[in-house]
Amino acid sequence: MNRFAELLDRLVLTPSRNGKLTLLRDYFHSVEDPDRGLALAAITGDLNIAAVKPAMLRALVVERMDPVLFGYSYDYVGDLAETVSLVWPQRQGHIPNHMPTLAEVVGRLQAASRSDGPKVLARLLDDASISARFAIIKLVTGGLRIGVSARLAKQAVADLGKVDVAEIEELWHGLTPPYTELFAWLEGRAEKPRSAALALFRPVMLSNAIDDGDLEKLDHGAYGAEWKWDGIRVQAVCEGGVRRLYSRTGDDVSGAFPDLAAAMTFEAALDGELLVGDPREATGTFSDLQQRLNRKSVSPKIQQRYPAFMRCYDALQIDGEDLRTLPFAERRKHLEAFIKTLDPSRFDLSPLVEFPDWETLERLRQTPPHPIIEGVMLKRWDSPYLAGRPKGPWFKWKRDPHTIDAVLMYAQRGHGKRSSFYSDYTFGVWSGPEGSEELVPVGKAYFGFTDEELREIDKYVRDNTIERFGPVRSVRADRRNGLVLEVAFEGLNRSTRHKSGVAMRFPRISRLRWDKPAAEADRIETLQALLD
Amino acid sequence: MFKTMRASDLLKSRPEGLYCPPGDFFIDPVRPVGRALITHGHSDHARSGHRSVLATQETLDIMGLRYGEDFAGTTQAAVPGETLDMNGVAVTFHPAGHVLGSAQICVEHRGMRIVASGDYKRQKDATCLPFEPIRCDVFITEATFGLPVFRHPPDHEEIARVLKSAAQFPERSHLIGAYALGKAQRVMRLLRDAGYDKPIYIHGALAKLSEYYQSQGIDLGQLEPATVESGGKADFAGAIVVGPPSAFADRWARRFPDPISCFASGWMRIRQRAKQGGVELPLIISDHADWDELIITIKETGAAEIWVTHGREEALVRWCELEGIAARPLHLVGYEDEGD
Repeated sequence: MNRFAELLDRLVLTPSRNGKLTLLRDYFHSVEDPDRGLALAAITGDLNIAAVKPAMLRALVVERMDPVLFGYSYDYVGDLAETVSLVWPQRQGHIPNHMPTLAEVVGRLQAASRSDGPKVLARLLDDASISARFAIIKLVTGGLRIGVSARLAKQAVADLGKVDVAEIEELWHGLTPPYTELFAWLEGRAEKPRSAALALFRPVMLSNAIDDGDLEKLDHGAYGAEWKWDGIRVQAVCEGGVRRLYSRTGDDVSGAFPDLAAAMTFEAALDGELLVGDPREATGTFSDLQQRLNRKSVSPKIQQRYPAFMRCYDALQIDGEDLRTLPFAERRKHLEAFIKTLDPSRFDLSPLVEFPDWETLERLRQTPPHPIIEGVMLKRWDSPYLAGRPKGPWFKWKRDPHTIDAVLMYAQRGHGKRSSFYSDYTFGVWSGPEGSEELVPVGKAYFGFTDEELREIDKYVRDNTIERFGPVRSVRADRRNGLVLEVAFEGLNRSTRHKSGVAMRFPRISRLRWDKPAAEADRIETLQALLD
Repeated sequence: MFKTMRASDLLKSRPEGLYCPPGDFFIDPVRPVGRALITHGHSDHARSGHRSVLATQETLDIMGLRYGEDFAGTTQAAVPGETLDMNGVAVTFHPAGHVLGSAQICVEHRGMRIVASGDYKRQKDATCLPFEPIRCDVFITEATFGLPVFRHPPDHEEIARVLKSAAQFPERSHLIGAYALGKAQRVMRLLRDAGYDKPIYIHGALAKLSEYYQSQGIDLGQLEPATVESGGKADFAGAIVVGPPSAFADRWARRFPDPISCFASGWMRIRQRAKQGGVELPLIISDHADWDELIITIKETGAAEIWVTHGREEALVRWCELEGIAARPLHLVGYEDEGD
């Protein structure tokens, strides 16, 4: 248990992806079964433990200590799990003779009935170290929140056996904690696990961005083009009565889209984009789509107002036949025929974009017919469906990003390599009537510049600081003074969380405008005009 | 013994600091005074410019290193355990276990005994003498970590975490932020005790004090200046570097390859504090008593009354109430709440 607790402690404070991977890999390498598999399940969210409510946790602790002292402590720390892990009193005269393993902790929690759950939890906390108490409380209150995605954990597992993460993802839904057969395979002690489970995830094929000069080398006749839809990449798999809607990383998202899942009455594995609206009439905008994202439960009203549908662009399997080795042109024919058999309010076909030459496609790309199109996709007619991101068969050619000139307002110190640099920038644009303009923050960006430019901005921040709060510096920014940043972004959403009312998608610094006076930066109205 | 003295007449709070009217001296005054008794060398307790200073020899040496030899009009070394007479008030210094030379000051007059503990800790520390509990009527305790959430783990476990991380990330350097007096030397000594025998690189601000510790027989092993001249970025790969915490946010830190920022402090117990400070590897190593040490110490002194200074007074006062011990906060100005 202590090793798992130590891992969580490190992960939560390690900002870099590579650092996290090293910590995870070392853990999976050095810890034995079944503890490591249970840890993996805890991180990927596949561990089933009956949840304990915060109020119950609080009740347990104030049975054991003065409520006033607990109150002072909780006020200071601000996080219930952490406070309880720190103040939990050791039982007088009780010295645990054995630190329970993660497997023992999980076993006891899973075996506990609803009524004796709190007692079991208290006993576990009595015997644990402070770090272990924190980890146990995280396990029972649900959601570790340690900044590690399921995908990153799977990547670490893949690294352990030097296999592609796609192989892990393909196997994943057929496996259960503590994944002993998976680790045995990765360590070369056993065959690759074969799964009898139905409707498994197929690792998806991804595209590369078109770079300058790429097009000249490509034969336009060898490629088909489609619009690039800015929805959610999904894979709909139905097999022997089992239906699953997967995200592109293999997470099952059926629960969030019950309306679409209910229409999945076929035997196939389809690849496509989840969008909202009725495909026979109108496709919703990105703002409409947002109404369906990050929701725990979806009310019937929302489902009716923003129905989910799938715009299909590939068929991986139809009626038991694996199509992935066929060329795209063949798969497309199968798909076109198959789509006709599906509910037209929930499934449609991503249309092909005809183009005689690259110039024509370039024009179409710049002026797409719908706001939710973010460019075009190029797919080689003769390429099979390959997992991962092979270079060559699929390209994405996005429309040019929007740009805006904004003024640097706050700078925050970075992490790791950048911990001595002010590298995270909050920028704003002008708002208010002429003569009394003020800056409103519209976004935050921390990349897009070179190392040399980072050094220049860092110096500017240090020389123009007007206030400091912890790691953040407020930078001089008024009509006469200020650093103008050209910010590129992919789109804009309405936001109730930001004072400016807008939130940028994927903002990055595209140019430093040392030459531009702060007063000439853009106004908020320029952004507002981009909304819908 | 019959007490003809009220505690509040023996020691009282004044803007300059804690004052003893019958003895006519201050303890750790924050402004220049005629006669100052100083518990230890941290700058918020030991200031320059007093007419006369009474402190342990080590504290006097440290003040000399920090402020120059003329930091006070006259100085007198107090020998721990030996009682001095100051205008009829009996004064005895006792080890406080905080940093090298740190002392509690026991003040006794007409049957009333008060111990001003300064800053103290109870965990073992190879760089200074251990704290001695002194029976007294009134015990003045610090409360820097006066909340039940502060529980310092054994320091060797924390050091083991640095060494483990150094093995996991051999291409990166580990930067340990530690206050220049006491904490830095304790961390270096702990590294040595854990078997780390490579050179430790130090920031210039640590050089004089570390040299002084070594001259007092506290072996810190080979220390090298962490200057650019002593090596390029690659030379600091795998290195352990110790410096004052402020230096790590500074441009100074850029000479190190992809550094992992560590910070040795009792505050590192709270994750959010570590996160806000950009600390990747918090080391809970403190020179102040944690909650358990505070309450054990209060019990061991047998004091009927507790005065609580700088820190989170309210929780400790509440605990004393529950235990039936009289307690009140003693408001002294000028001490850093954050110092550790």
